[in-house]
Amino acid sequence: MTVLAPTRIDDAVAALAADPSLTVLAGGTDLMVAVNYGQYRPTGVLSLRRVPELHDWHVEGEGSAAHVVLGAATSYTTLLDPALAALLPALAQASRTVGSPQIRNTGTVGGNLGTASPAGDTLPVLVALDGTVELASASGRRSMPVSEFVTGPKRTALALGELVTAVRVPVASGPQEFLKIGVRNAMVIAVANCALVLDLGRRHLACALGSVGPVPMRDRDAERWAEARLDWDRRPALDQALADDFGRRMAAASRPIDDHRATAAYRRQAVEVLARRALARAWAAT
Amino acid sequence: MTGTTPTSATAPDADADAAYQLTVNGTAHTVEGSRPTDSLLHVLRDRLGLPGAKNACEQGECGSCSVLVDGVLVCACLELAEAAVGCQITTVEGLTPAGAEPGDAALTGAVLTDVQQAMIEAGGVQCGFCTPGFIVAIHDLLDRVREPGPLEVREALAGNLCRCTGYGRILAAIERVVAVRGNGR
Repeated sequence: MTVLAPTRIDDAVAALAADPSLTVLAGGTDLMVAVNYGQYRPTGVLSLRRVPELHDWHVEGEGSAAHVVLGAATSYTTLLDPALAALLPALAQASRTVGSPQIRNTGTVGGNLGTASPAGDTLPVLVALDGTVELASASGRRSMPVSEFVTGPKRTALALGELVTAVRVPVASGPQEFLKIGVRNAMVIAVANCALVLDLGRRHLACALGSVGPVPMRDRDAERWAEARLDWDRRPALDQALADDFGRRMAAASRPIDDHRATAAYRRQAVEVLARRALARAWAAT
Repeated sequence: MTGTTPTSATAPDADADAAYQLTVNGTAHTVEGSRPTDSLLHVLRDRLGLPGAKNACEQGECGSCSVLVDGVLVCACLELAEAAVGCQITTVEGLTPAGAEPGDAALTGAVLTDVQQAMIEAGGVQCGFCTPGFIVAIHDLLDRVREPGPLEVREALAGNLCRCTGYGRILAAIERVVAVRGNGR
């Protein structure tokens, strides 16, 4: 087995083109568990540790057009950096619920996307924020919405020889919330999670649920229903009946299953509460 | 390579890797006979004779194998050893008391760090299995945050499990270190 450690994206995608069977290693928090337990044996590894461009983040554009561009190897710990958390608060909240300090130091946003677990904690946030995945291969670059990139449980639209290089996330002008249910606060895989974003400038509400379907779930009808009933001008206290109804609508949009972590019935109940609570908290912060 | 139990790396494999170098506790080590998929934890323990990082869960859940890679706290079980070539790796064996110079007796483990000493004095060591991981994680925390609050300490150590459930005395040890370091300022 070879372990390649290129220092430039171009060299990384050239290596993938030469040998598409290479396994891409970002943080390793998923990959190494499978390797340690003998469930997966890579024939060659492409480590992203030495590609500086993949570890950087920056802001492009201004005002309502501002985007944060996160290199694929941006760690959860970096997402908690106050400067970044101020721009993408729900992504920071989600990152804080991931694993432990050790895991947050190691795991990456690009790895969360590449693994595409239904329980991936950044995925509902990136979907609610209309994030875009940037991909590179030896034949060029392309991008697509996160909601199209994640196609199913641990399935993505990544083509052979293609590498996730970055995720581009719009900066919203309003409160955001991320909530997660698990058996404890640390080291827990989500039984259900929920990201909610209010954009006061655009009078836009987005809500995405995780771990209650094959991919992060949104319901644009439920979002529009709430947008039309919120008083964006005066922003009075949230009407409880509206919040309750919104929770029920989001729960109806979920497609949970029974598994070893929870039953579908529990998850449906959980996301009703999470969506209601996320809306209440975000609205109270406007 | 099937089944669900973690594999051990005690014998060279037919597909053993070419030798490579790892820098551990400031010293370059040549790693020979390692399997290509070996974690850093296996290489530290079974190839380099550094058993301080403990092998328990092999999935990043317990923190018993905590080490620093380029100064960042990680689980050695989740690092592919060969991908750590060129990094500065620090294990519990390489932690030195403040002010110690390379070549001091401290580097042989004969002198304890303030965290190690406080763990003994506070009774933070029971069976001892989790202790090295906690020591590394506590050093990492207190090197970054001089006086962490109670919640900050708990969040920082959430990835280290004590199977004896002796958390109270581990937290007491941290309070001692914070107090002593504060007085020495």
